[in-house]
Amino acid sequence: MSNVDASGSDPALGGHPAPGRQVYLDHAATTPMLPEALTAMTEELAQLGNPSSLHNPGRRARRVVEESRELIAEAYGARPSEVVFTSGGTEADNLAIKGLYWARRAADPARRRVLAAATEHHAVLDSVRWLADHEDADADWLPVDSRGVVGVPALAEAIDRDPDNVALISVMWANNEVGTVQPVAELARLAAEHQIPFHSDAVQAAGRLPVHLADSGATALTITAHKIGGPVGIGALLLARGVEPVPVLHGGGQERDVRSGTLDVPAIRAFAVAVQVAHEASATEAQRVAALRDNLIAQVQAAVPDAVLNGATPGAGRLTGNAHFSFPGCEGDALLMLLDAKGIACSTGSACTAGVAQPSHVLLAMGADEARARASLRFSLGHTSEQADVDALGAVIGEVVERARRAAK
Amino acid sequence: MTTLRVLAAMSGGVDSAVAAARAVDAGHEVTGVHLALSRNPSSYRTGARGCCTLEDARDARRAADVIGIPFYVWDMAERFHEDVVQDFVAEYARGNTPNPCLRCNEKIKFAAVLDRAVALGFDAVCTGHHARLEPVPGEARLTRLVRSVDAAKDQSYVLGVLTTSQLSRAMFPLGDTTKDQVRKEAAKRGLGVADKPDSHDVCFIADGDTRGFLREQLGSAPGEIVDSSGAVVGAHDGSYGFTIGQRKGLALDRPAGDGRPRFVLSIEPVSRTVTVGPAEALDVTEIEARRPVWSGCQPPAGPVECLVQLRAHGDVHPAVIAADVDAVRISLRSAARGVAPGQAAVFYDGDAVLGSATISAANRA
Repeated sequence: MSNVDASGSDPALGGHPAPGRQVYLDHAATTPMLPEALTAMTEELAQLGNPSSLHNPGRRARRVVEESRELIAEAYGARPSEVVFTSGGTEADNLAIKGLYWARRAADPARRRVLAAATEHHAVLDSVRWLADHEDADADWLPVDSRGVVGVPALAEAIDRDPDNVALISVMWANNEVGTVQPVAELARLAAEHQIPFHSDAVQAAGRLPVHLADSGATALTITAHKIGGPVGIGALLLARGVEPVPVLHGGGQERDVRSGTLDVPAIRAFAVAVQVAHEASATEAQRVAALRDNLIAQVQAAVPDAVLNGATPGAGRLTGNAHFSFPGCEGDALLMLLDAKGIACSTGSACTAGVAQPSHVLLAMGADEARARASLRFSLGHTSEQADVDALGAVIGEVVERARRAAK
Repeated sequence: MTTLRVLAAMSGGVDSAVAAARAVDAGHEVTGVHLALSRNPSSYRTGARGCCTLEDARDARRAADVIGIPFYVWDMAERFHEDVVQDFVAEYARGNTPNPCLRCNEKIKFAAVLDRAVALGFDAVCTGHHARLEPVPGEARLTRLVRSVDAAKDQSYVLGVLTTSQLSRAMFPLGDTTKDQVRKEAAKRGLGVADKPDSHDVCFIADGDTRGFLREQLGSAPGEIVDSSGAVVGAHDGSYGFTIGQRKGLALDRPAGDGRPRFVLSIEPVSRTVTVGPAEALDVTEIEARRPVWSGCQPPAGPVECLVQLRAHGDVHPAVIAADVDAVRISLRSAARGVAPGQAAVFYDGDAVLGSATISAANRA
């Protein structure tokens, strides 16, 4: 979902053929499409019809979209009318942040303060910064603790500085780098007490945790298809009824007039199928992936005793598929390159500028120094992960870290 | 032949792309790396300048895609700033004329990058420099640097500062090929950079205004321009803005008595005095140079007849050199004009580099 994922090389574009199979430990960047979703999408690509058209082919397409919308709504505790399709997570975040800010400020010009976690994904972070730079917004970053958690007291304190001038609050459901899960329901409840809209980027959480719009009490949730086995290029903002953000895209008035643009029927259908498959499997799959992840952590720590696991203790407070380490004395990009050469794909997890890994703003916000932030690597597991993937990493991580340490001297 | 693990430094230009492709063809296991050298790599080039813009990184990545090798970007911005940019500014402040490309080869490409590459398991660093590597006659295990077959594009001068040990891990696949042929080969290989203009000027001075860049870095430091008699003939706002032999941009108040053009003869950074005079006053035959590096021969025990090149793309001069551990005395057979301290003197035996040293002083015979 953005430049966060651009740090690795592209295995499809080759380079040295990896010895043996490709080990893919970067499911947080994108996860393989589920076969069911691929079939559904391929079938639908052969079909005709714009869902906004009034004739028979249009009605057929419309029906596919609405059935898909109902499936997605059902899975995430929303009503069908609360699903606003977008091109993905970045667009949904932009719509939530900018749209809600504009709407709230239009209703009361005093509302210019945007509260957001310091560890947000760049789609939120940079939207807030843009509002601050161009739309008179006041960016107010919520601090996190050493695990990356936004405490309810921290939000309360930030609101209490002036409850009347807060335009909106945005705190991600689970962090894309370190996997820390936020107490979204408690934070949303606090926001609701002050009648402040609360948005949460649930891109990493959806399909892995029980993400539920109604139960969470959030005003808006961002989800995207390609993190749960659907295609890239389709996502949604789950937007509570009665909330009317100012649109970012203007045009044909699709999607409650909030998001114009011809609907991508094949992608929407594949999205819904992926959501359905992911949710049917979610309980057992979460357990399976968590067990693999725990084994991965054990193997890495056995091979590299001074590796530091960043983020929350494995358990309810951490995404099941996430393991994020700092390897003292290493550069993350050297580790990534060495592992890539051994056929193991992972990520430094942090954003890139022209391909240059920047020290992770997430780790810095959690109190890490720059060296530790640069020394980090994210391994993320998903639906195709197997024990063999974990073993492959465990077999080489020791020598790779040793070599990267020599290179950093 | 042996398969080596080769790190190909890819600038985004045509030369390094073809060099990387040739290393692959030679059977090596090649990984492409683009060096991010700018601390602010957000600017897109507007002309044929620079070597570290986003567009260059993209061009390098696309070339790696086409060649079919893994590709990464290495952040060398801090090292580059310290070892090349700051050195460049400090050298001008001392009244010297540095060559940043040479410094980048010495300190970045064949030092910081090479060291990291070796530590990460690579055997060699491959670049698109126009120069050859050949065995030293009689010492087959040693490699010496030889000029490119394309005299106009030869870059042995800016590599002349490399040591034997650096050269032993270098790979220059383009030395036997003219630039023209390199472009044709790039087009044949389907590399999009085949027609990309050559880069020139100093890559970290985007607008090409070296004097303006130095003024920004060093501030205004006004001083006098005098002639050989000591008479004040003009003023300047920073002696760092001048190079020995410079004629243009002097903005002198008074014409020379004889009406002939005047050139910068010397720069005295402490008093900020710039001395100008007629062209023939630039002629030197005796040159002192420091920090010698002997990559193509043993350190000479006695006087040696050789050729010496005193600046990039400059003429070669027959000379006799006498070296000791940390200095070289160069006696030119005939006078050279405009020899600037800070530049390298590179010594050649025919087309082969013997070694180099940094010019510290130049005197008339």
